Amino acid sequence: MDMTGEHRISAPRETVWAALNDAEVLRACIPGCEELEKKSDTELSALVVQKIGPVKAKFRGDVELSNINAPASYTIRGEGSGGVAGFAKGGADVSLSEDGAETVLSYEVQATVGGKLARLGSRLIDSTAKKLAAQFFDNFQAYLNEAEAKPAE
Amino acid sequence: MSDGIGARVERKEDKRFITGKGKYTDDIRMDNQAYAAFVRCPVAHAKINGIDSSAAMAMEGVIAVHTGPEMKADEIGDIITGWSITSKDGSPMQCGVWNPMVTTYGRYVGDAVAVVVAETQDIARAAAEVVELDYEELPAVAAADVALTDGAPQVHENVPGNLIFNWEIGDEAKTEAAMAGAHHVTELDITNNRLAPNPMEPRSAVATYDEAEDHYTLYTTSQNPHVARLVLSAFYNVAPEHKLRVIAPDVGGGFGSKIYIYPEELTCLWASMKTGRSVKWTSDRSEAFMTDAHGRDHVTKAKMGFDADGNIVAFHVDTIANIGAYVSLFATATPTYLYGTLWSGTYAMPAIYGTVRAVHTNTVPVDAYRGAGRPEATYMIERMMETASREMGIHPAELRRRNFVKEFPYQTEVILQYDSGDYFKMLDEGEKAADVAGFAARKADSAARGKLRGLGYSTFVEACGIAPSAAVGSLGAAVGLWESCEVRVNPVGTVEVLTGSHSHGQGHETTFAQLVSDRFGIPIDNVQIVHGDTDKVQMGMGTYGSRSGPVGMSAVVKALDKVEEKAKKIAAHTLEASEDDIVIENGEVKVAGTDKKMGWHEVGLAAYIAHNLPEGMEPGLKETAFYDPLNFSFPSGALICEVEVDPDTGVTDIVKFTAVDDFGTIINPNIVEGQVHGGVTQGIGQAMLEQVVYDETGQLITGSYMDYCMPRADDVPSFTLDHTCTPSPLNPLGVKGCGEAGAIGAPPAVINAITDAIGSNDLQMPATPLAVWTALQANKTAMAAE
Repeated sequence: MDMTGEHRISAPRETVWAALNDAEVLRACIPGCEELEKKSDTELSALVVQKIGPVKAKFRGDVELSNINAPASYTIRGEGSGGVAGFAKGGADVSLSEDGAETVLSYEVQATVGGKLARLGSRLIDSTAKKLAAQFFDNFQAYLNEAEAKPAE
Repeated sequence: MSDGIGARVERKEDKRFITGKGKYTDDIRMDNQAYAAFVRCPVAHAKINGIDSSAAMAMEGVIAVHTGPEMKADEIGDIITGWSITSKDGSPMQCGVWNPMVTTYGRYVGDAVAVVVAETQDIARAAAEVVELDYEELPAVAAADVALTDGAPQVHENVPGNLIFNWEIGDEAKTEAAMAGAHHVTELDITNNRLAPNPMEPRSAVATYDEAEDHYTLYTTSQNPHVARLVLSAFYNVAPEHKLRVIAPDVGGGFGSKIYIYPEELTCLWASMKTGRSVKWTSDRSEAFMTDAHGRDHVTKAKMGFDADGNIVAFHVDTIANIGAYVSLFATATPTYLYGTLWSGTYAMPAIYGTVRAVHTNTVPVDAYRGAGRPEATYMIERMMETASREMGIHPAELRRRNFVKEFPYQTEVILQYDSGDYFKMLDEGEKAADVAGFAARKADSAARGKLRGLGYSTFVEACGIAPSAAVGSLGAAVGLWESCEVRVNPVGTVEVLTGSHSHGQGHETTFAQLVSDRFGIPIDNVQIVHGDTDKVQMGMGTYGSRSGPVGMSAVVKALDKVEEKAKKIAAHTLEASEDDIVIENGEVKVAGTDKKMGWHEVGLAAYIAHNLPEGMEPGLKETAFYDPLNFSFPSGALICEVEVDPDTGVTDIVKFTAVDDFGTIINPNIVEGQVHGGVTQGIGQAMLEQVVYDETGQLITGSYMDYCMPRADDVPSFTLDHTCTPSPLNPLGVKGCGEAGAIGAPPAVINAITDAIGSNDLQMPATPLAVWTALQANKTAMAAE
């Protein structure tokens, strides 16, 4: 699966960058994310529950950040296994550009799936990925709005 | 007698099937039964470094987890192939080793890695999910043409370049010379799409090891339980034959996919010995998509040369056949001796040459599927004929008539000798039944409604009744393909026919009984057909390749001949008449020209009472026969498809489908028509709907009916069927076989009709609305450019 997109976020680039590197923020914003643990500055481990078509599974996997060019861009790569439900692996190049007070986040995703996920859900991967991306950005924007409203925390 | 040969009697077996009383393998319940579930390779190619079953073993209800290396240690054999092919350079074929469960490398998504045995099916499946595989993913290849390219991932170390063999047939020099001198040459790239067989009943096995007797019993979904026992015994080392009973009870369709002896059934037997429990495994549909042998999957470049009058002068074929990760039982015969030998089609071709390269890929094995090689040959030849007719401006029916084989027997340039036929008559009848004369008016009517109408022909011949044993032996087959029959007349005159043929939808319980009814004049309800159990029937070769009629029934006839002869001797003795004067009619045994007679049941009784038999005659009335065919039989047919295409959407409607077949003698028209309906529907499925897809990493992405489109009732029209009859001169009934004809003949008829409608030959199967629409757009662009 290949997916590219752009999302405009109402927050300064530094704020967006910091949030994108904050495990707690990501855990709260990634749909279905139950656990997200930072193992080092560039490594995280995650547990995500997802339903794609008829396949519902817990995907456990590791995520690695590379090509870090703060606060402009990074590459995020990961691999998650859902046991018999299959696996997903892939990566995304993410870049942030300033547009006045706002930030434009662009991403290019390449991912592959295997196992039951591929057999039963491959036709639904693209639409599911788009839906999950939209949910993530909604959550992410909501989080930033909330953080701005309560800057003391 | 109304139940005899040619009678349209209802199928005896349908009562139990329709009322839900069939007894299938999954219906078998043994005492002490446990359930198996398989842990499977999740990627298309992997080195398995470790298997951690501790979490599974910790689950309540899990009895055991076993793996490939343990199986190897117990000296269970590797999965075999049944036909050796020699490459054109004289070298033997190269096959990768197929361990029933992976020992080191997993080579396709679904390759069995471990088996979990548990108290219930749910526990077994849940436990299989928590068996952890430590594996290293390796590069994989799914497409056969890609597998042949330099630097492609290697599926097996011992098969360089993934090339299993490069086989040839025909005369290369003669063909090239004739092609060079041709007035017109038609060339086409043809893909034969990969199919999943999808029998209604998935595979299943119930294996029981009896420690007291040191004996195994296997209930399984097999088209040939005796071959299964032979292979399990002689090659897989489960047990010697007398310590192994294989039963294939009611089996819900096979289409070839249940010929093979798969790893799962073998593993159940072994696991039963390991655990001391009966072990049942039943595939679910997704597992079937992943592990049942697929069909077809050819990529072909074909060239056909014609003289100025439209006579074929040369035919040249270059095919790449995807065999999958391992070489299954008939996988090497299917794209060679069941394919290349049919390249002459219904035509007198003076020069034919071609090669087939068989290739390993990281996909499930590909093997015989309804038609097995003949659909691939027919699709190619018939698309070439239609394309050539358009290029040369000769009507497709006329081009066929010019080239039809006119005299029989006909020796082709590719080994086979056709037994009999009348291709002119079947095409004439087909054109009449299809109302070809009225097509122009119907096309104009469609055009007035903004639709495109097309007419497509397919005239096919195929080889059934596999096979003369010595002949196939000389071509590399590991066994001869005869059939056996035992006819038992009981003391009350009822008859049991024990056959080595296996019925899994063919209706043998009816048609085989009709042969007895025809011979002795007793109702088919007085005849029981016994099959599918190695303890009851001594030996047999099973059912595939439309062999039950030409071979299985011929064995029945041979055994009936012997029974009739003895019955007449008994009657002549009892009635004090000459044996030559005895006739058997309507259930009575009579002295011709007199009123002296006895009932059929009285002959049976006399044979067993044995108070008064001819001197030296043994009591009883039971005879056995083995029949080895003299040749294949060659059914043929003319299929004509008419479609209407919506040019805005590419949606194609089959408005009329006509099939006029020559199956030789027909035993039961009801059953033959059912076979044609099913076969044509599967052919339409291949032509328009079905396609197995692996992505470039070797992941199967058509693993359910959400993504793999099967034909449904509203995808097919009400068929127009008729028959011509040239009996086969080579078997006693003159039958030719009808089980695969529809699947063989239908796909080119459909595609020829669609390409006629859209005015473009550039279309591959399946002709989905998108494919048809895309071809239409390309054609519009090309016409605009001209």
